[in-house]
Amino acid sequence: MFEQILFYLFSSTLVLASLAVISVRNPVHAALFLVLAFFNAAALWVLLEAEFLAATLVIVYVGAVMVLFLFVVMMLDINIARMREGFARHLPIGAAVALVLVGEILVVVGSNYFSAENYPWRALGGDGFSNTVFLADALFTRHLFAFEVAAVILLVAIIAAIMLTLRKRTGTRTQVPGQQVRIRREDRIRMVRMDGERP
Amino acid sequence: MIPLSHYLALGGLLFCIGVAGIFLNRKNIILLLMAIELMLLAVNMNFVAFSRFLGDANGQVFVFFILTVAAAEAAIGLAILVVLFRNRQSINVDEINRLKG
Repeated sequence: MFEQILFYLFSSTLVLASLAVISVRNPVHAALFLVLAFFNAAALWVLLEAEFLAATLVIVYVGAVMVLFLFVVMMLDINIARMREGFARHLPIGAAVALVLVGEILVVVGSNYFSAENYPWRALGGDGFSNTVFLADALFTRHLFAFEVAAVILLVAIIAAIMLTLRKRTGTRTQVPGQQVRIRREDRIRMVRMDGERP
Repeated sequence: MIPLSHYLALGGLLFCIGVAGIFLNRKNIILLLMAIELMLLAVNMNFVAFSRFLGDANGQVFVFFILTVAAAEAAIGLAILVVLFRNRQSINVDEINRLKG
């Protein structure tokens, strides 16, 4: 009973927050509502006993991605009024498509196939069951190659983001590493032979 | 206990909210990216729910990779957005037509 109250609390907050994300005027408020939505999703994942992913969602999404979003929203000078053009015009078609889609999904999901009899809740493992070990067992054995590919994807993202936003400024003094490496001792030092001088 | 269908219905609702967000905020690239994040969250919700009810870790591993790719996508997308704003002083979707020729 208590779990059901928690589920409906978190899921209704999640749905309301995501409705707010797509409908508020100010992009900063939208980003903050998205943070609320991610927090509630993480709480729901804790209810599903996926603790590691819930922590990852909070750390990666709330801690990194949403801060990045807020950073960009605040850095760019956005004309909010122009951004809202067409909201009322697109509202009927958008709402119609979304309602049709949600109706179809609810028909499929509400069928008997996904009922509690076909998918019963069973305990995974015993008392010492750890979700992190459960996840790591699969991740570092069967999916090791995919894990390394994910690391490469993150590296590509880092390099791409830096290269896109790197700016060449004119009129500033910078080092040229190629010339620094290519220099030889003879270019800089001149040996002079001279007699000793008496002070 | 909460049955699987409740989680699936929640995922479906979230996905449709994301789709509606793309329809409604066609002018604003930042909100489009946020709507995509909402849709990814809906998919992740379904993956986690199925993973738990089937007792299979592969679903959660998949969520792990989706989070990785979504983080990379957000970083590159926002970097493109910053460069676009620097060049055009605007991020209006209607004005992004330079590749039209």
